[in-house]
Amino acid sequence: MGDKKLDDQIAEYALRLGDDALVFGQRLCEWCADAPTLEEDIAISNVGLDYLGRARMALQYAGKTLGRTEDELAFLRDSGEFRNLLLVELPRGDFAFSMVRQYLLDEFELLFFTQLCGSKDDTLGAIAAKTVKEVRYHQRRSANWMQRLGLGTQESQARTQAAIDQLWGYMPELFEMDELETSLLQAGIAVDRLELHSKWLNTVTAQLASANLQIPQIDWQVVGGRKGVHTEHLGHMLGEMQFLQRAYPGLQW
Amino acid sequence: MIPAASNCIELMPQARFEMNQRRAQSKVAHLWDLLDAVTDPEIPVMSIWELGVLQDVCVTHNQGSPAVTVVITPTYSGCPALSVMSQDITSALAKAGYENVRVEIRLAPAWTTDWLTGATKNKLRSYGIAPPDSTACPQCGSECTKLISEFASTACKSLYRCLACQEPFDHFKSI
Repeated sequence: MGDKKLDDQIAEYALRLGDDALVFGQRLCEWCADAPTLEEDIAISNVGLDYLGRARMALQYAGKTLGRTEDELAFLRDSGEFRNLLLVELPRGDFAFSMVRQYLLDEFELLFFTQLCGSKDDTLGAIAAKTVKEVRYHQRRSANWMQRLGLGTQESQARTQAAIDQLWGYMPELFEMDELETSLLQAGIAVDRLELHSKWLNTVTAQLASANLQIPQIDWQVVGGRKGVHTEHLGHMLGEMQFLQRAYPGLQW
Repeated sequence: MIPAASNCIELMPQARFEMNQRRAQSKVAHLWDLLDAVTDPEIPVMSIWELGVLQDVCVTHNQGSPAVTVVITPTYSGCPALSVMSQDITSALAKAGYENVRVEIRLAPAWTTDWLTGATKNKLRSYGIAPPDSTACPQCGSECTKLISEFASTACKSLYRCLACQEPFDHFKSI
């Protein structure tokens, strides 16, 4: 019936998307009860919840082929087995850092999930169709924050610019195509990340420029998340996220 | 406030039409009716049918005992109300004597607030929530309102304030 090799590739692809959403959702939830205002607290937690939902859909799907439940995938893998982008595992930083990361990712995801809606894999297409609606909503808020922070005070502008400078070297990984994704692209299942780059760059450059913020000229970049090569931060994050299941295996609410 | 004028024909999205057809042509109409009692746990005036979460109900008979499959679709992908709705479906059917119930979650077509009918929107408004296509104050009807936060008490709502009566109110996000 099914093509075993293709099924494995799709599972790996779903795992990547699921891990991106899970790790980022966890980072967002770290703001819960700690955001600068009550409205932002609720907003960040709500966005985090959307990511958690997306993670569950993707990990359930990956888990079907991998023979593991979503909880096993989330709570019983070590950092080397996670396949998320490095960008999403970085500590939350200050509010400017978190909002810049959100904005850069939102603009990317808007393009990415719009494309993925047309995937020949029905489940990935359905997940994308739900996701793109939510991302559109997230992007409206994060783009708005770029304006408010960039055109706010000297302090907010400086912090926001510093966040862009720090995060810029993590951007190339968003557009990296490896053997797996190239092969799935040819099968009409995956998205061509490379193709999204110029549109993303134009949108982001224009939006940031209108908020008195610049794209930095830098000569460094880091990649590795898709191969399981992570920053030291992921392990610390998992230590907290996985504690309960590690200490009390199988525990349920 | 835009009242649903009686001389307007309400356009219905294809997916809502198909849901209505499935219900109208169903051989187990009594089960759909039974599930009308299951509401959104966070907005108890709206049933899961009105919300557009309830997609299909099927019954198969295995050696005489009926097995019910209820298909639902999530609103927001992370909405915690979905698991509560699943439990409420199972217990509503159990009370009516259906012990063998399976709740299936279907992602496509993606849920949209376009599936809320005019009548449902009016219910929301009476309950104090501005429906998706209106940001007029549900208390006093003034259109002079201001967004406080894009996000509010639940995943599906944002928060507004009425500048006429000064009351804050929830708005059902349009998605």
